[in-house]
Amino acid sequence: MNLTLRIWRQRDPAAPGAMVTYPVRDLSPDMSFLELLDVLNEDLITRGEEPVAFDHDCREGICGMCSLVINGQPHGPERTTTTCQLHLRHFADGQHIDVEPWRATAFPVVKDLVVDRSAFDRIIGAGGYITAPTGSAPEAHATPVPKPDADLAFEHAECIGCGACVAACPNGSAMLFTSAKITHLNTLPQGAPERESRVLDMVAAMDDEGFGGCTNTGACATACPKGIPLTSIATMNREFLRAARTKPAAARRH
Amino acid sequence: MADRPLPAADRPLPTAGRPLPTAGRAASGYADYSVGDPLADTRAPEGPVEQRWSTRRFQAGLVNPANRRKHTVIVVGTGLAGGSAGATLAEQGYRVVQFCYQDSPRRAHSIAAQGGINAAKNYRNDGDSVHRLFYDTVKGGDFRARESNVHRLAEISVQIIDQCVAQGVPFAREYGGLLDTRSFGGVQVQRTFYARGQTGQQLLLGAYQALSRQIAAGNVEMHTRTEMLDLIVVDGRARGIVARDLVTGEVSSHLADAVVLATGGYGNVFHLSTNAKNSNATAIWRAHRRGAYFANPCFTQIHPTCIPRSGEHQSKLTLMSESLRNDGRIWVPGTKGDSRGPERIPEHERDYYLERLYPSFGNLVPRDIASRAAKSVCDQGRGVGPGGLGVYLDFADAIARLGRAAVAERYGNLFEMYQRITGEDPYRVPMRIYPAIHYTMGGLWVDYDLQTTVPGLFAVGEANFSDHGANRLGASALMQGLADGYFVLPATLADYLARDPKQPPVTADHPEVASVVRETGERLGRLLAADGDRSPESFHREIGELLWEYCGMARDETGLRTALARIPRIREEFWRRVKVPGGGSELNQCLEQANRVVDYLELAELLCLDALHRTESCGGHFRVESQTPDGEAARKDDAFAYTAAWQYTGSGSAPVLHREQLDFSYVHPTQRSYA
Repeated sequence: MNLTLRIWRQRDPAAPGAMVTYPVRDLSPDMSFLELLDVLNEDLITRGEEPVAFDHDCREGICGMCSLVINGQPHGPERTTTTCQLHLRHFADGQHIDVEPWRATAFPVVKDLVVDRSAFDRIIGAGGYITAPTGSAPEAHATPVPKPDADLAFEHAECIGCGACVAACPNGSAMLFTSAKITHLNTLPQGAPERESRVLDMVAAMDDEGFGGCTNTGACATACPKGIPLTSIATMNREFLRAARTKPAAARRH
Repeated sequence: MADRPLPAADRPLPTAGRPLPTAGRAASGYADYSVGDPLADTRAPEGPVEQRWSTRRFQAGLVNPANRRKHTVIVVGTGLAGGSAGATLAEQGYRVVQFCYQDSPRRAHSIAAQGGINAAKNYRNDGDSVHRLFYDTVKGGDFRARESNVHRLAEISVQIIDQCVAQGVPFAREYGGLLDTRSFGGVQVQRTFYARGQTGQQLLLGAYQALSRQIAAGNVEMHTRTEMLDLIVVDGRARGIVARDLVTGEVSSHLADAVVLATGGYGNVFHLSTNAKNSNATAIWRAHRRGAYFANPCFTQIHPTCIPRSGEHQSKLTLMSESLRNDGRIWVPGTKGDSRGPERIPEHERDYYLERLYPSFGNLVPRDIASRAAKSVCDQGRGVGPGGLGVYLDFADAIARLGRAAVAERYGNLFEMYQRITGEDPYRVPMRIYPAIHYTMGGLWVDYDLQTTVPGLFAVGEANFSDHGANRLGASALMQGLADGYFVLPATLADYLARDPKQPPVTADHPEVASVVRETGERLGRLLAADGDRSPESFHREIGELLWEYCGMARDETGLRTALARIPRIREEFWRRVKVPGGGSELNQCLEQANRVVDYLELAELLCLDALHRTESCGGHFRVESQTPDGEAARKDDAFAYTAAWQYTGSGSAPVLHREQLDFSYVHPTQRSYA
């Protein structure tokens, strides 16, 4: 099959970017979207042109490194599918496809389709952990965890930190990402001692990084390749109100 | 065999009348080696195996808490081993400077591990124990691992589960709230803890979160999108690394009192593997070039149930859980070149070759046997799918017997993954599978303290060769990575720092440091200056296909010599024809890849030489010349019960073999049989 790609090219964060058109021919519908870019890049390299920069690593949908807004949709048209797992059979022969980076104030473009998502790491660093220095752990069976709680924690721990939720949100909000980690850890008994400080600190970090607020459009949960439910944002809001009311600023560590 | 004066490998290998190309220095290579002094692990204490780790910890020197912050430790990599090591060292008070090439420490490829993590908790009361895990691991490694190390791993396994639960890792639980376990990889106890099919992800996020806490507290200086390109050795000790900031392109030195490599395995030397696309061997290979011995490079593991390649464009392979073989039946057409669809091939024209060859184990033979059998039927021209590189894994009988719902209950997520990638519905059409490289047991040689032959340079996780011998058991990679990072390294590294606390300070203008930075810059400059017509990817594919053909599932002398003759020519052509557009002072992914390929082109040669010299079959290394009358791997314990540690002597120049003789006092070597 043949496709026409219009790809965002931007030399560096300060340079202006533009969409550049690349026809790509003789493709197999069994290729992944990233393999399509591989083919384009190999062609560009042998012609001595600069290949398109894009983030990728595991190529099996779990590392969270790949991104790409494809025809306006983060990770493309298939639900719960990362770009690396999206195959060309979902596109029509001859189709025009727009390929852009994540677009959000808090995710500045580094080059072409590569953006800086380090704000996510700083949100986790603000409280997205349970303090358990190595060696200090009690016997694993000392605290049973009810299965429904363990399952709920797991569902939220599945987040791969790709940032599609932010890219999909008209407000550039990181509330689905942040609430997934808060729900994971605050649901578990091991997370209880830091329950209040965690939500207060992580929300503060999220705001500091320049992410927008939530207006319940639900675009984040629709775009999420791991199916993190929108209800986790409600959980975070509830945890936040509870913490802010019962343990105001004193509970915060940062 | 016992009456031979010398083990077979001591004799120089005949060159088989196949002269190596000698045109020009760059095209030189080797198919021979010299034998150096034997090597021994001097760090494991004497005495009963179950006391060695506690003895070692007691003997180990300690660093006063107030002095720890005066020590800087570099950790390269943020997977299970690196993430856990960085977090733990920082918690203890050391100054940690850590690196990863990805945009976040959360993305390391440990995240893709599916199945689970072994631990000798014996929560099932089903006869498990530290000793049994030790026994299973030594035996599973086909008697090519060090007993001291493996026993320590089994001991620590129980602490790992405690640690991870305390961090909030959401392991699967029973309705009573206790941890669930399952059996894995042919062992007879249920000791595998898991978090659905995403155990690696959950364990890695636990380590990442602990590391993030230390980064936020200022105890770890984290350099993301920064790749180690060389090791700095001053006065015989590892004192730092040279790294490239992948965004700005700046190449600079980072100095420390010790360096820890947690950079994973080298499976990507095969181009197509289940590794992440950017996982690479540069850190360990550059360390090898600076004096760290490389152990058992030919011990590579091939997984039988991966999704086959769909064409030339294939960039990586995806593994599916082996559990599929419990209910799926593997077959190929009985005759060569049968191009009919599977539904049109009648039952009597199908060859269920595993059931035919191994009637008692059938489709459940071990990984290496299933993989070799698949290659063998494909080599006969009976493979299916694109390029004839696949075999059917058919669930029609299971669906008829159990019903579609029961099959969906067991394998639904795997079927969905398969359909997502191939576009085929495995409920209606048989799956196609093919083996792929997915783990490397070999790696940098380390002693019991996980220290390489370069003082001050440590290697943890898949980057070292330590615990799995010639074959790793399922659910043991996660265990080893976390054992090394959380518990072993922090103790042994303290000993190193405590023994020689007064190292002269080294600064960036030290001649040795400046020279490594300069050499790295020159190498990158040479890549950028090469004005050829081939992409680095095309060379990576070429070397990978060569290795897969001649040093993959089954290896023989003729094939290995063919590969050894061809590798130097590919290396020579690489420098003549490679093309790297763009500059060095910017994000340049093509340059990153080209530099990695440079190192694959050398590592591939050592891999083949190691495979050539080890004329026995063991674990993941199958030499066609060494098999039993039933076609099973035949080990040669008299000649090869050793770890092969290779010393670098220059690019294209014959390396020196140092043998570490292995002693089995607790688990006595036996030959396996599955017929």
